[in-house]
Amino acid sequence: MAPHSTTDHDGDDPMQDAEAIQVDENISPIKAEGTVVKDELEHIFDDDDGDDLMTDEPNAYKSSIGKIGSASAISDILSADPSDPEVMLQFYSRLFPWRQLFRWLNHAELPSTDFANREFAFTLHNDAYLRYQCYPTFETLRRDVLKLKPSRFEIGPVYSARPRDRKQVPKGSFKPLEKELVFDIDLTDYDEIRTCCSKTKICIKCWQFVTMAIKVVDVALRDDFGFEHIMWVYSGRRGAHAWVCDKKARKLDDAKRRAIATYLEVIRGGSQSGKKVNLDRPLHPHIRRSFEILQEDFKHNILENQNPFKSEKQAERLFQLLPDRQLNDALREKWESTIDRPSADKWRDIDDMAKAGASKTIIPKILLEHKQDIVLEYTYPRLDAEVSKHLNHLLKSPFVVHPGTGKVCVPIDTSKVDDFDPDNVPTVMQLLKEIDQWKDVKKEDDDGSGNTSRISDIDKTSLKPYYELFTKFVKRLLDAERPVLVKTESLDY
Amino acid sequence: MQGAQALRQARKQKRGNYITGATGKDASLPYPNRLNFYNTPPQEEVSLEEFEQWAIDRLRVLGEIETCLFRNNSPTEIDAVLKKLLDKYLPLNSNHSVPESERSNPKRFAGLTQERKKDHYSHFILRLAFARSEDLRRRFTRTESILFRHRFTTDDTRERTEFMNSLELDSQPVSDAEKARYAEELKAVLVSGSRMPAEKAKQMFEGEVYLKVEWDRVSDLVESRRVFLRAGKAYVPNSMLLSLVMAEFTKRLDEALIKTARVLPRLDEDDRLIPILNHLSKGFSAPEYNSSAAPSALAGDAITASQIDALSAHFPLCMRHLHTSLRREKHLKHFGRLQYGLFLKTLGLSIDEAILFWRQAFSTFTDEQFNKEYRYNIRHSYGLQGAGRNYKAYSCQQILMDHPPGTGDAHGCPYRHFSADNLNMALGTLMGVDDRSVLAGVKQDVTAKKFHLACNRVFEHMHEKELKREKDAGGGVRETIIHPNEYFDKSWSLKNPDKARGSGKENGASSQVKKEIKDEDVEMM
Repeated sequence: MAPHSTTDHDGDDPMQDAEAIQVDENISPIKAEGTVVKDELEHIFDDDDGDDLMTDEPNAYKSSIGKIGSASAISDILSADPSDPEVMLQFYSRLFPWRQLFRWLNHAELPSTDFANREFAFTLHNDAYLRYQCYPTFETLRRDVLKLKPSRFEIGPVYSARPRDRKQVPKGSFKPLEKELVFDIDLTDYDEIRTCCSKTKICIKCWQFVTMAIKVVDVALRDDFGFEHIMWVYSGRRGAHAWVCDKKARKLDDAKRRAIATYLEVIRGGSQSGKKVNLDRPLHPHIRRSFEILQEDFKHNILENQNPFKSEKQAERLFQLLPDRQLNDALREKWESTIDRPSADKWRDIDDMAKAGASKTIIPKILLEHKQDIVLEYTYPRLDAEVSKHLNHLLKSPFVVHPGTGKVCVPIDTSKVDDFDPDNVPTVMQLLKEIDQWKDVKKEDDDGSGNTSRISDIDKTSLKPYYELFTKFVKRLLDAERPVLVKTESLDY
Repeated sequence: MQGAQALRQARKQKRGNYITGATGKDASLPYPNRLNFYNTPPQEEVSLEEFEQWAIDRLRVLGEIETCLFRNNSPTEIDAVLKKLLDKYLPLNSNHSVPESERSNPKRFAGLTQERKKDHYSHFILRLAFARSEDLRRRFTRTESILFRHRFTTDDTRERTEFMNSLELDSQPVSDAEKARYAEELKAVLVSGSRMPAEKAKQMFEGEVYLKVEWDRVSDLVESRRVFLRAGKAYVPNSMLLSLVMAEFTKRLDEALIKTARVLPRLDEDDRLIPILNHLSKGFSAPEYNSSAAPSALAGDAITASQIDALSAHFPLCMRHLHTSLRREKHLKHFGRLQYGLFLKTLGLSIDEAILFWRQAFSTFTDEQFNKEYRYNIRHSYGLQGAGRNYKAYSCQQILMDHPPGTGDAHGCPYRHFSADNLNMALGTLMGVDDRSVLAGVKQDVTAKKFHLACNRVFEHMHEKELKREKDAGGGVRETIIHPNEYFDKSWSLKNPDKARGSGKENGASSQVKKEIKDEDVEMM
């Protein structure tokens, strides 16, 4: 079972529980956790650029590598496999933005149950899947991660009690309370309409499907639902996740999550269901706006880049979606002689032929509506709705490394969403190399005497802009969460 | 904020006027409106008889609603059923049922007050009975919501508006300027799908009044894109207020029930009410098959143990599976014996024949083993041993919900408890169903978790000819089968039309399954 789809993972699996307990005892016995909280509280205010604090610390891990040869670069001695536990260790200890992750999920500076009752789930290198992990602070989380070196980890809901204590609390009182509203776009859902790549492969051409989806969903969430704190994150290979972090979004129950997911859903039906976009007219304002966004993209991204009606078979699919048999026959005849006629020309032919009177039965309005439906079928976001519908669905954390590609799951800047190219997303190996190279340059400049220790590892790498984007996002969220002075009126029921 | 307050003020005033207008004098009338949101608990005393009778009457109505839901009846069908039932058990007449000239006559209005009081009190009594478990709460809210919807939609338009105004829904009016600003969007949503001529659409839009609410108050309207959304607010036209009111009704009732459940254990109660409440919550059980109302399976003939193999052709898949498992294994585990044994008992197998049947079936056991281990259980299920309860055959709902089968168990509902492959295989080997479209349909039903529909689909396929004949002969409406014995009865009478009892057969099905206060419960009292 893919950890991704563990809406209702059976937590009673004895194997897993044994592991979970083991982890409990080895790493964070409850008493020790208490002291950690105290330490943490003392630390919290002495450093505003929190991650520096961490990047200096794990000397223990560095020295173990140092033994092999301190002169050689870290990246040289590691295998090229991005999911190698040693690579993971380096990444988690030097680059992962723990502090910001904590602030993001905690919604405040002081540790609260928002973080402490949050479920984390680890995928280990032996593919074991550890659910219901939880931590009072980012330090304890970080320590566990460095110990377990998971190939990735996921974030679940905030529960009514600490997830580790779920067996101790009275039955029925362990419940998920809140979680960000999440959306998942995956290019595999586009396989029937993308022509450039398939399965796990992607290129900049088919990435445009994701770009279009982000544009449409983002504006709907903001303008229609009034959400403000929406973070889009590259999923590491062929998709993107949205985290809607507004307080109101976090508290939505399943029925309301479903309402949003269904509101956004336009493409309905499976492989055998024919025309998948069937909309009432006039179009709902959300669809109308989406259509206006997508119309332009359709010409470039679809007709030109995907060329989706090129072959005879593909053209047949187009005929299935068009309303008029006579028109179809006329088009079929025209295209027979020019087999490889580009899709853009074919698309134009539809209107030209209709205007030239190729069909006596065609109703222009119906043709127009069908053409709109086709534009939407080839451009409108295809969301994995199940992910969004359930409060207790787990989703991969931002900034973890995709084990297959080595790419970091970085946030996407929606103000420059058209510029985002998954090819430019740094891989973990590249980042570690950048740390090494940065040092080399500095040594030459400063004669080895420069105080390089003040510069965090993230700042030495191309992860920096993504980190800054995340930090900015988290700051805005925290500003919005800061409790306002409550007027006595509100006590009045 | 000020606007909202002003609105509230206006509403209050309006309501006040209306009340005075309606009664001519008394503004403090206990029930000025026909509809009730049940915000205030009853304050007056009632007699113990009234307490119980009112609750039972309401329960009959809710029970029927649940039966309708179970049958997947449409809202229109439910409305038709409810209309009759409510007239009998829980009438609720509008203010207009009393002629304007007579409304000042306290006696005439007293009738309405009494009806409304009964509605009000019975609702709160049942709250006490059904707050105790999550399952009961859920079912209570669901059925009460449907009852409320029925009354709301059948209410007089003017009185409905008055009632709406009396609720302080958290909504803001949409000003004319705002309505004009979003005219295009609002109009698009309003007439979407209707293919209405532009002129008519314009008229309709102009006549519409909008309210603004938080979108999640009307999440069903959002889900189906039937409202316009801007900045987290849904613009709800007056014509769609039902959805808003229903959401509010359900929400308030849910919250109230949870509160009730919390105080229930601390209820300072004498021992007169607790038994009644317990009894009431038991009476609210799944629709039940009533064998006495059913035409006897074999037109009055008793069934013998030797006939069962032949009769099994009329069994639904679950029983066919139990039967073949019994024949193959020469044994059934506990719940299998219970599910199958009670089914056979309801079929008309007498206790002596039942003992004979099971004795022969368990052929690998010695007499001593059989008498020691199984005889008592069989007699017990016939009410001849132990508590002496006359157990009833399990309904589909019970089979679906209670005691999911474990390893080696043959009971349960195959549509629910079998894997897709095994289900197809069982349908092929046990029922002889290999029609692709039927199997695909079954798969669809099962995926949608509509197990009884899958079973009915198989039934319809296996009785295609007979059903067509019946239909051609002007036969009655077919209803969804929700009980294995109902399946058998229908199957048997369809295949043996000449032997089945003539009179009452057609509508027999609808009377077979009815909600009732169980006999055993009545005895307990």
